[in-house]
Amino acid sequence: MGEKVLMKGNEALAEAAIRAGCRHFFGYPITPQTELAAYMSRRMPKVGGTYLQAESEIAAINMVYGCSAGGKRAMTSSSSPGVSLKGEGISYMIGADLPGLIINIQRGGPGLGGIQPSQADYWMATRATGHGDGHVIVFAPSTVQEMADSVALAFELGDRYRTPVMVLADGLLGQMMEPVELPEPLSLEDLPARPWAIDGHRGQRKSNNVNSLYLVAQELEDAIQARFDRYEQIKATEQRFEGFMTEDADVVLVAYGAASRIARSAVGKARKLGIKVGLIRPITLWPFPVDAIEAAVDQAKAFLVTEFSMGQMVDDVRLVVNGRRPVSFFAHTGGIVQTPDEVVEALKRVAAGETINLVPRHGKLTGDL
Amino acid sequence: MSKTMAATATAVAVVEKEQQSPRVKKEKSPILFSRPQALSDKVTNYCPGCTHGIIQRLVAETIDELGIVGSTVGVCPVGCSVTAYEFYSCDMAQAAHGRAPAVATGLKRAHPENTIFTYQGDGDLASIGMAETIHAATRGEKITLIFINNAIYGMTGGQMAPTSLPGQVTQTSPYGRDVATAGYPIRVCELLSTLDGVALAQRVTVNNPKNVRAAKRAIKKAFTYQVEGLGFTIVEVLATCPTNWGMSAPQSFTWLEENMIPYYPLGVYKDIKAEQAVDKAAQARDDA
Repeated sequence: MGEKVLMKGNEALAEAAIRAGCRHFFGYPITPQTELAAYMSRRMPKVGGTYLQAESEIAAINMVYGCSAGGKRAMTSSSSPGVSLKGEGISYMIGADLPGLIINIQRGGPGLGGIQPSQADYWMATRATGHGDGHVIVFAPSTVQEMADSVALAFELGDRYRTPVMVLADGLLGQMMEPVELPEPLSLEDLPARPWAIDGHRGQRKSNNVNSLYLVAQELEDAIQARFDRYEQIKATEQRFEGFMTEDADVVLVAYGAASRIARSAVGKARKLGIKVGLIRPITLWPFPVDAIEAAVDQAKAFLVTEFSMGQMVDDVRLVVNGRRPVSFFAHTGGIVQTPDEVVEALKRVAAGETINLVPRHGKLTGDL
Repeated sequence: MSKTMAATATAVAVVEKEQQSPRVKKEKSPILFSRPQALSDKVTNYCPGCTHGIIQRLVAETIDELGIVGSTVGVCPVGCSVTAYEFYSCDMAQAAHGRAPAVATGLKRAHPENTIFTYQGDGDLASIGMAETIHAATRGEKITLIFINNAIYGMTGGQMAPTSLPGQVTQTSPYGRDVATAGYPIRVCELLSTLDGVALAQRVTVNNPKNVRAAKRAIKKAFTYQVEGLGFTIVEVLATCPTNWGMSAPQSFTWLEENMIPYYPLGVYKDIKAEQAVDKAAQARDDA
């Protein structure tokens, strides 16, 4: 590992990408990912790379498509409304089996929404990044350090499985400064070969095609099934999570990203009150850490999910728990962030045997949904 | 082998036998016409009377003549030419509708030493992909756009295109394109010629051998300008679509000559080298 520096999350994402061998950034201005693009516009020319401010989010993701197809590590970054626009290109990248990094520094939605932190793009990231059958690997870092680390891993897994990868953070993490130990830069010569790239065959090999079109239905079904075979491999080997005090927990909190930091504080506070609480923090959202949740079902009496949304990841928790334990939900949305004390209040109710599904109105902890 | 194929094979064998017969004087003649190296041996799926085949061949001949098949990458987005990735022997990408110039930009930035071309229809380039087109042009992106203007959406079955002529009847302008509600056609070369990043914007057609040769020269000039790093190049080719125009092949060529060429005049709209030559000549006169 390299030097330790104080950096904003957005900047750490950018620097980590350069150190992971990315020399091509294509983006479009949007809040709150701003510092990332600004950092790239400063740094890329210094390392012989390309910073290109595209005419639109759609063009940016298609430039990533082209650049990645050409064999280079490429990326784009945006925030929620911009990622909606990128959905088309992400779908084509999935269909053409192209790696590439998409960063989503989430803000409130739908529509123009707001510019405060949010986690309301969970469904978009894990269910429907674009049309058609398919997934992208999704990382959900919770610290600036983890933001840097997830970028390196995203490029590595993208190459290994030939899939786009998303780092899903939010405005809180993006704007926050923390010490970070940046990884040593990779040498461009050491990056994995891409024998499938369309970089000009030079008369040395047969021509390559990068394509997502299959006019024969059977060929399309075959291609999708082959891709889903890879997804099974990803699900088996790439689930990542962090468990915190779950061993004796009666109530298991489940939270990711910035919300997991609040949840962790709440665990400490609740433990002092004598409530046996633990935390499962998914680090990959797709593949969802199904095994970690499954392993907690026997010990836990109840689960409590807390997010910055009206309840999206809670679906995945419920799918694993499958009715064997009550799964409660407590959250804020639209850019409001819950306090640890609010989460503790919710935990008290769940520990007392209540099942709640609560998004407080105007800060009042009353009124179930 | 089917009966038809067997019969064909027999017929070919007979012809070959006749050619080898001692009565015919056997002479080795030079090959005057063959498939360009840059084309694959795949049979195209274009309709009779469609000019895609001619234009794609001109692009392939250009790639051959410049000797760049190994360093050329083509991009074919959505439209009748979407499967063109099968017809070329260079590396190829398929792209989303309208996004070819953005994909080409990514390919070019990944490998500036490569030659990148797109092959796009009018709906693709001038409607859903107009932003990508204009911005690639104004960036001076060193790519070549081959723009097939046949005034209609072909692959989806003949809907009104951004280049459909006023009054033109299509599936979605059944009473003729009414400019009061549907607006006017876009003249792409004229539009792009105002942008500083454009090195070449030229409109050609392939309705007769003379124009085919002129189209070839334009395409070769565009590729050459790209190789020389002069900027963004576009060659607009007025093309036929007899199937969706509801005409025979000969009728479609007449329609192109009588309707499309008057609305879309052939010619050079921007040529950075010609402008430089004129400047130089003027300077020389002034100096004299």
